Amino acid sequence: MPAPAAKDQAWEAVIGLETHVQLGTDSKIFTAASTTFGDEPNTHIDPVVCGLPGTLPVLNQKVLEYAVKAAMALNLNIAEHSKFDRKQYFYPDLPKNYQISQYDEPIAEEGWIEVEVAEKGKDSYLKTIGIERLHMEEDAGKLVHAGSDRLAGSTHSLVDYNRAGVALAEIVSKPDLRTGREAAEYASEIRRIMRYLGVSDGNMQEGSLRCDVNISVRRGPDAPFGTKVEIKNMNSFSAIQKACDYEIQRQIKAYESGEAIIQETRLWDEGKQLTKSMRSKEGASDYRYFPDPDLGPIEVSVDQREAWRAELPELPAAKRHRYSDDLGLSQYDARVLTDERPMADYYEAVVGAGADAKLAANWISGDIAAHVNSNRLNYSELPFRPEQLAEMVQLIDGGKISGKIAKEILPELLEKGGSPQAIVDERGLGMISDPAAITAIVDELLEAHPAEVEAFRGGKKKLQGFFVGQLMKKTGGKADPKLANQILSQKLKG
Amino acid sequence: MAIAEWRQQLVSGEMSARELTDQHLARIAAVEPSLNAYLEVTADRARADADRIDQARSAGEDLPPLAGVPLAIKDNLCTKGVPTTCASRMLAGFVPPYESTVTGRLWDAGAVLLGKTNLDEFAMGGSTETSAFGPTANPWNVDHVPGGSSGGSAAALAAGACMASLGSDTGGSIRQPASFCGVVGLKPTYGRISRYGLVAFASSLDQVGPFSSSVADTAALLQVMAGYDPRDSTSLKVPVPDYSADLEKPIKGLRVGLVRECFEQDGLSAEVKASVLAAAEQLQALGAELVDVSCPRFTDGIATYYVIAPSEASANLARYDGVKYGFRAEDADSLAAMTSRSRAEGFGSEVQRRILIGTYALSAGYVDAYYKKAQQVRTLIRRDFDAAYQTVDVLLTPTAPTTSFRNGAHADDPLAMYLADLLTIPANLAGLPAISVPCGFDSAGLPIGLQLIGNVLEESRLLQVAHQYEQSAQVMATSPQGALIPA
Repeated sequence: MPAPAAKDQAWEAVIGLETHVQLGTDSKIFTAASTTFGDEPNTHIDPVVCGLPGTLPVLNQKVLEYAVKAAMALNLNIAEHSKFDRKQYFYPDLPKNYQISQYDEPIAEEGWIEVEVAEKGKDSYLKTIGIERLHMEEDAGKLVHAGSDRLAGSTHSLVDYNRAGVALAEIVSKPDLRTGREAAEYASEIRRIMRYLGVSDGNMQEGSLRCDVNISVRRGPDAPFGTKVEIKNMNSFSAIQKACDYEIQRQIKAYESGEAIIQETRLWDEGKQLTKSMRSKEGASDYRYFPDPDLGPIEVSVDQREAWRAELPELPAAKRHRYSDDLGLSQYDARVLTDERPMADYYEAVVGAGADAKLAANWISGDIAAHVNSNRLNYSELPFRPEQLAEMVQLIDGGKISGKIAKEILPELLEKGGSPQAIVDERGLGMISDPAAITAIVDELLEAHPAEVEAFRGGKKKLQGFFVGQLMKKTGGKADPKLANQILSQKLKG
Repeated sequence: MAIAEWRQQLVSGEMSARELTDQHLARIAAVEPSLNAYLEVTADRARADADRIDQARSAGEDLPPLAGVPLAIKDNLCTKGVPTTCASRMLAGFVPPYESTVTGRLWDAGAVLLGKTNLDEFAMGGSTETSAFGPTANPWNVDHVPGGSSGGSAAALAAGACMASLGSDTGGSIRQPASFCGVVGLKPTYGRISRYGLVAFASSLDQVGPFSSSVADTAALLQVMAGYDPRDSTSLKVPVPDYSADLEKPIKGLRVGLVRECFEQDGLSAEVKASVLAAAEQLQALGAELVDVSCPRFTDGIATYYVIAPSEASANLARYDGVKYGFRAEDADSLAAMTSRSRAEGFGSEVQRRILIGTYALSAGYVDAYYKKAQQVRTLIRRDFDAAYQTVDVLLTPTAPTTSFRNGAHADDPLAMYLADLLTIPANLAGLPAISVPCGFDSAGLPIGLQLIGNVLEESRLLQVAHQYEQSAQVMATSPQGALIPA
């Protein structure tokens, strides 16, 4: 159906995401085989994974726990009774030629998340994105086409069932997204939430988080939906954003030049930065869903659900609000510090140990994050413990040391940890904040540089920086910068 | 020989397990050319297992409950290291790397595997004629079918070619061949016995059960086979009672319901009807109270079954695609061709018919009219039974409308074949335990069976009634002669 031609209205995109999240349980959804990624093909299989005759699935209770926790974090309603269905289609990566999934009674429905949409050069804004449902299902295996580096021309195909039967949560958003940026932010918030919960590593390169996009355009928010196109094969958030933006423009151009958009699946080509047609989706496939008679009903009692709810951590959105509302951080800082839970935990421990929230934020999102990231460290194992950083921040805040001194001793602290106070005391790095002492040094300086003094007084005010530099050099950076500037200004005036 | 009697002989040293096994292997060799009950005879393994039992006995070790009992297993139960074919070309050469839970329990209890028995392909049929490896004969008359789908297990037992055997029952596949072959066959409550390792036909209906020569043997086998299995989500987590405890209890005052609709059925043979009614009188003579019961939906079972069972089968059998194991068509030029040709060449026509019916019944636009409607009728059938058990303790019907028919009698008429399951299907749909016990012979000398259907998990009561009847009626004591029936 072509998008309606109310030409006075601006084009609007309508985007929904289907996100497959691999749940990080040690064993598969219906059997004890391992879920380890990256091992030799077909080393994590057993008769159940391979769908050998007579084998039966038994639900891994940890999968149910992870799915329910994920669903609660997405504000979905948890069904007390749900069921598994068989989704039938023939493909060699699917050992039973049906996938055990959930069709009309998913474990959870009707939720939402809040997404902060930030883009360079634009004001960030908050948006609530509806979530249709979350359901559990089993992953398929992988085909490896041999004899050629692509499917076309390959002489035979091999199948690896290591991934078959790994637990997935499929999360379906409502069509509430309007731009590529929003889609990318939504996906990245889903990943962040899953990682906060510890139910998935969300690794897009390894395929533990996969997004399919459904996208159409229309003339303004009141127009009916246009024809929907599905896009697959994006393995980063930036790819999601670019694929959406590309597809929006492609569809608008098509409509404006009088062409129709056909319902189809398109693939994002990362190399060429465009979407291309994979297969047309004329009419929905008939998966012949029916309840899986091998698995009984899935029951989640209110007690069980609430016990799991009590185990949920504070989630990223709540943290962001708390950091900006209660701790006075900028939205940007709040976003950076809450991106990964270990960093947020570290930050909160520093603040908890008495450091100023803003100063602590600067140190962590700056030097400390740079060190942790470039050395691929974990915050939990960082030798520089939160209470030690708090001590350092307090030394700076209390005027005991300068920021420059702090930067000097930081590498050693990051490497080995230790008490900043002790290092400062031991090495006499405390700040010179005695006006008489600074005045004496300033007098000496002025005497040693008569030409510069003259030039300054003749109008070259920029030379104040030269004197500050000289002063710091002379004091080994320990002079109280505020006081030093004050005294210098006074003395330079003459 | 009864299991209890054999145990006495083993313990006393009167006969060794090896002697018993050799006797059965010899009997198999003698009857198989005309019987074709076995698809695989595991003679070496059987002798080795029997020798181990004898050694244990000599060493004075405790003997497990079924020590040395030679069993035949329907070839749709996975046996580790022993080919399991489901009598299908599709699984020719398939050797499971795992043991089904129920057979594993039997081997742990000391039973000896004689071999794997013939069946209708993938247990789909009522005559064992759809086997890809040729039909099995009825030992009473080799021109007649043994019933099905567990025809090989029933025939082997009746011919003395095992001491007991295992079958599976989706719509009557244990009880109907038990009736046709003059042996006892039990389908337990759904979930009483693990289905892990039973090659699925219709998962919500399939249940494993024993064939034996007496109700007491049935109780002894069930004792070992029953119980919860963490590998089967549908197995019941309830304690297993002592199934032999109530056998000798009198049935005085017990209410036996005669399901009116079953006795009024067109196509019910007059001889079968008379024999089962005579059995009812025998029960009355033992003190039971006969009650006329109506289950109006009973005969809707067959239509319901032939939607639900093929629907589940169409999905269960989708895995046979030539990719991973079993049969693969040669020289296919595409993936789709490999899959469709493997299935077209690997499955027989009855299996293909049921896959097509099931695929159709689950298709968009038909699923409401067929599959969902059938599930609703299934609920109504269950309610009929619930209502009946308000007033009676067990229900009594003929097991099958007729005695065994001639080979090929229904070859061109699948519907006539399906009607043979009319009286057994409702117990599967409702998940109830049911037993077939010999109650007489027709004028052609072919056995007739009666069916007792119990309420959920009331196997003990079924066994009690069946045993009391069996002991008082002594039907087999005066049996006519059969071609392959031991003297």
